[in-house]
Amino acid sequence: MKSSRRRFLKLAGIAALGLGSRPVVDAAYAAVGGQAAPEPKVGRQPEALTAKQWAMVIDTRRFESAADMEPLIEACHSIHNVPHFENKRHEIKWIWETEYKHAFPGKENDFLPWEVKERPYLVLCNHCENPPCVRACPTKATFKNENGIVVMDFHRCIGCRFCMAACPFGSRSFNFRDPRPFVAETNKKFPTRMKGVVEKCNFCAERLAEGKMPACVEASDGALVFGDLYDPQSKVRQVLNDNYTIRRKQELGTSPAVYYIV
Amino acid sequence: MPTNNKRMYDKGMVLAGLVIFVVVVTFPFWYNLGKAAPPPEPVLTEKAKAAEKCVESTEFMKAEHMQLLDVWRDTVVRDAKRAYINPEGKTYMMSLSNTCLDCHDNKADFCDKCHNYASVRPYCWDCHIDNPKETE
Repeated sequence: MKSSRRRFLKLAGIAALGLGSRPVVDAAYAAVGGQAAPEPKVGRQPEALTAKQWAMVIDTRRFESAADMEPLIEACHSIHNVPHFENKRHEIKWIWETEYKHAFPGKENDFLPWEVKERPYLVLCNHCENPPCVRACPTKATFKNENGIVVMDFHRCIGCRFCMAACPFGSRSFNFRDPRPFVAETNKKFPTRMKGVVEKCNFCAERLAEGKMPACVEASDGALVFGDLYDPQSKVRQVLNDNYTIRRKQELGTSPAVYYIV
Repeated sequence: MPTNNKRMYDKGMVLAGLVIFVVVVTFPFWYNLGKAAPPPEPVLTEKAKAAEKCVESTEFMKAEHMQLLDVWRDTVVRDAKRAYINPEGKTYMMSLSNTCLDCHDNKADFCDKCHNYASVRPYCWDCHIDNPKETE
């Protein structure tokens, strides 16, 4: 058969018509009443809290000693089945206390007020708006979800620890051992982790989905404020408006979503 | 010149060896003939019986529960959506430990029975707490 431009254009036209006819046929089929079985749907629970970017403000003036932070850390670690290892090199932490010089290196002016310098600071994953750990992860096991939370998908984590190298805040811990025997009392509603995955704070994504505030915020008696950073009416925005705040290692450009009133 | 003299050396030994070989290789098949393990019957708890229907039909759950759980896992973790509305319009929270095991709290008699029979080893239980009530 001789092929010509005319013939080619004809065939192309018919092919395009064929490709475009699918929705028409489907609509006609549905109109005739040939409905397939109803599809199951997925959605959010009606009580779920959502935000463009969840953020936290920590009023460090409210924490004078490590004992003040203990209930918050305990609340978090107990509901998330965070194991307790005696060996510091195996330590797993989601939220913990540290010193000023470690929380805010580069902000150590001479002659800082004594209480600012000596007070303990509560640190956790900053859920950065520009998270370096997410860029480093080769399997997309860690990603920024639609609420701005930097989430770990433990199913996908291969334990390469690139994210730990990428995180400038040391917010991530690696399970060098099976953590289960080291969880004092397991919360049956939340999974544990297995050997060989990285873990970190998840801003209580599972609690926000049920309409609850994060466990540490709930246990803080108002010292921690949580809300949507991009909602001008939110509580965090009010607190940010009323107080001068600082963030950890802001100069690195990761844009942490955890703010500190000092 | 090729000869047509195709004589088999040690005929008796070779044939006897072949017979022994075939018998040994097929031994597991005829030895176990008619002794197949009976298909397992997972035990339903009282709560599961009372509910009458799982999130989907029993046939679907038998054949497709792994795909369903895979969809659940991705939707919950990656899309932050935790509610599953089945074709009848009933809403369930997508959670292995909190929804599936709430009714089927007998993992050993329910999950493991078939999984062991089919020799599949799902690693769900490496992390998810396998029996929410037993250890309470």
